[in-house]
Amino acid sequence: MLIVIARRIANVVPTLAAVIALIFLLFSVLPGSFISGMSEEGRTIDPAVMERMRKEMGLDDPLPTRFAKYVTHVATGDLGTSFRTREPVTTLIGPRIWPSLKLVFAAMTFAIGVGVTLGFFAALKPGSLIDTFSMVGAISGLSLSQFWFGLMLMYLFALKLQWLPSFGYGDGGLTHIILPAVALGVGPMALLARTTRAAVLDVLNADFVRTARSKGMSERRVVTWHVLRNALVLVVTIVGLQFGSLMGQAVVVEKLFAWPGIGSLMVDSVFQRDMPAVQGCILMIVLFFLVINTLVDLAYVAIDPRIRYS
Amino acid sequence: MSGPLLRVEDLHIALKTEAATYNAVEKVSFEIGRGEAFGLVGESGCGKSITALSVMGLLRRPLSLSGGRIILDNEEIQDASVAEWRRLRGKRIAMIFQEPMTALNPLSPVGRQIAEMFVLHQGANWNEAMDRAEDALRQVQVPSPERRIKDFPHQLSGGMRQRVMIAIALACSPELLIADEPTTALDVTVQAEIIDLMAELCAAKGTAILMISHDLGLVANMCRRVAVMYAGRIVEQQDADAIFAAPRHPYTQGLINSLPRLGERSRRGRQRLQEITGVVPSIAGYPSGCRFNPRCAAVTDICRSVSPEITPLPADGLVRCHHHG
Amino acid sequence: MKLKGGSSLWIGGVLVGIAVAAAIAAPIIQLTDPVLDANLMNAEIPPGADFPFGTDAQGRDIYSRIVHGARISLTVGIVSQICNSLIGVTLGLTAGYWGGWWDDLVSGLTNLMLAIPSLVFALAIMAILGPGLFSLVIALGLTSWSYSCRIARAQVLSLKSQGYVQAARILGYGDLRIMFTQVLPNILGPLIVIATLGMGGAILSEAALSFLGLGIRPPYPSWGSMLSEARDQITTAPWLSVFPGLAIFLTVLGLNLLGDGLRDILDPQSTTRRA
Repeated sequence: MLIVIARRIANVVPTLAAVIALIFLLFSVLPGSFISGMSEEGRTIDPAVMERMRKEMGLDDPLPTRFAKYVTHVATGDLGTSFRTREPVTTLIGPRIWPSLKLVFAAMTFAIGVGVTLGFFAALKPGSLIDTFSMVGAISGLSLSQFWFGLMLMYLFALKLQWLPSFGYGDGGLTHIILPAVALGVGPMALLARTTRAAVLDVLNADFVRTARSKGMSERRVVTWHVLRNALVLVVTIVGLQFGSLMGQAVVVEKLFAWPGIGSLMVDSVFQRDMPAVQGCILMIVLFFLVINTLVDLAYVAIDPRIRYS
Repeated sequence: MSGPLLRVEDLHIALKTEAATYNAVEKVSFEIGRGEAFGLVGESGCGKSITALSVMGLLRRPLSLSGGRIILDNEEIQDASVAEWRRLRGKRIAMIFQEPMTALNPLSPVGRQIAEMFVLHQGANWNEAMDRAEDALRQVQVPSPERRIKDFPHQLSGGMRQRVMIAIALACSPELLIADEPTTALDVTVQAEIIDLMAELCAAKGTAILMISHDLGLVANMCRRVAVMYAGRIVEQQDADAIFAAPRHPYTQGLINSLPRLGERSRRGRQRLQEITGVVPSIAGYPSGCRFNPRCAAVTDICRSVSPEITPLPADGLVRCHHHG
Repeated sequence: MKLKGGSSLWIGGVLVGIAVAAAIAAPIIQLTDPVLDANLMNAEIPPGADFPFGTDAQGRDIYSRIVHGARISLTVGIVSQICNSLIGVTLGLTAGYWGGWWDDLVSGLTNLMLAIPSLVFALAIMAILGPGLFSLVIALGLTSWSYSCRIARAQVLSLKSQGYVQAARILGYGDLRIMFTQVLPNILGPLIVIATLGMGGAILSEAALSFLGLGIRPPYPSWGSMLSEARDQITTAPWLSVFPGLAIFLTVLGLNLLGDGLRDILDPQSTTRRA
């Protein structure tokens, strides 16, 4: 058991290393890096200043040296210094982590709560009204632009009905998080409804469910004792994968709702050409995703004994 | 109490597809006495498994019961309500399935899967039920049952899993056990052990057996009476001894000739095992007349046009062939 | 999963057909020029007889801009999916076929792509390349090839184990010829399904990036950039936000339905798995 856990955690390391290398390559090697970007904005920069900046940032060092430097810095938790504020990037990112996590988890809770429930009841009565309704809802949810959906929610519930605040973090309470979480969660919700339905239908046709019926169980017991857990194994996998796209979409939704998370910091930094901050944000998002995926893997191990013992 | 334990009368099972409705099983009748072992034999696809499922009330779309009566202990059960079926299944009629690999829930310890029976049918609480599950495992001769009850199905061998299935099926001492190819998926060496165990336990509990198999030899060993099914119909039914000594239907003869026999090689020389040529017709393409006629060596014109009726044989036997004899 | 009787294929086909027709015929069916016909006298007119979807703050006709926006959305969708399919199939075929260190490298790359949320990756590329249609196509065309890569690789491996590839090699066929004649036809169905569904995803990503101001920039009429402009006027002129969003929704819905329908026809294995 412990070995399995250790192996899952060890799996993260090479991926993270590759991501770091990729980010370094993207931002340090490709042309059009930040200094030329700065002058692009219509300001002329004194060549002397430019020279000083290049020196300061070590841009004239050979590539391997720069890479080694970058890796050592990242490994020691130093994500560089912001161009704009001259603060360490970690100081910028720090206060953003909690709001981002809160939003992503609130969205996922909504997605799991609604999606899994809909998919589950749809599968129990295939072809019924609830089935048709859920599946039409699911394909629509998958086709929605999450920020547009958020904009419509904002218009209806914040501006017209004035039930909820339209944007911002507020005091961090529930009212502010509802709209962004629903907007962000609608995509994964739709996908979860579909996969849950397929998973439950799959399990309902399994041999061991026939065995359960032959034991004289009521259909309700068959479902609660035997179907639910087996379907959950399939659903958990999807939940893990969905966190990735959720974090991508969070960037846009955070920006729309002026949510003070890592995503909106990333977008702002892109516009300010604050490349160290952008890199830091990407690294942070990837790290989140890897950690969550590892947790999901472990949840999987906890549910499925076939993995636990193999 | 009088009369047989189970009487199936003129059973019809329909297969509904979008295009048409077919009779997957037709005019099937048989009786099983209390404590008797009865065999149902045929190639795969002949309707024996769905006949068994109909006795459990477990037919699911696209299959459905379209006619006939199923009588358990003088009581018609074919139209039983959902709640009535629930009290019959597991408690009075139990079933063992072919695939021990997939017939057990992979995420649930086997002990719990046995214990469920006591909770469902005897109102036991879980602690009590787990103790009795351990006893049940001991009865089916699983070594160190106190450890095995916590095992998951994937940790057990195929033979052990089938023992667990037997423990589940016999947990409530049912009156009838339906065994659908219980040993087909197992190693040959394990097969005999499982069959012996099943026969022994059923004899001890007075449980009747409906044994379903494609293996006529296995069934004849275990059962007093045997029915042979072909393409949805019973084509011959006799005592096991009689069917081996004097098979009346060409299909039964074919099944017997295709069995390998120990010790006969020396007498007859190196004779090939005989197979029945051709395959079981698909349900949508049953031939007219006798359904066996395209594969029959003794076929004549009447076989192609007229469906043969039942001819009674001595000792409650029957055969469905124009040229029986 | 699917609506009854293959109707998802038909509804999807019709929706996508409308979008494609609008994109092709945009200069003919437009009412005014989508960029140049700004007229402040007509600013923010609600939907009505003259302007079916209303006008924006510069007095431009929303309907005409949406029709032209279809061109950008579909171009981005189609071109980026062609890029993704080409990259994915090439990497997947060669990795499965040659194996060895190349296979390890490609598997590593695929895992890497899955570890970075694709919208974040695209955002990073847009940040480096700057806004514009070309950057958009690159950003979206380089970031979601992992599915087609996996399918191509799996198919090669399964054909290899069935001995097809070896038989072809004994017959003296070259590697490339084997890949294209033996492997590719077998994965065409799933690939088309993936590309169709991926197009929907690319259109959503384009809208998101343009909405952030990193994709197509005003005054050019991309659905995402229209929404970006419309956001500030959501209280005074909500129709500015409603119609471009609906256009995105219906087009992507069409592609998703079409993909589902095609899956049932072209990729029957997964159909049976779901049934």
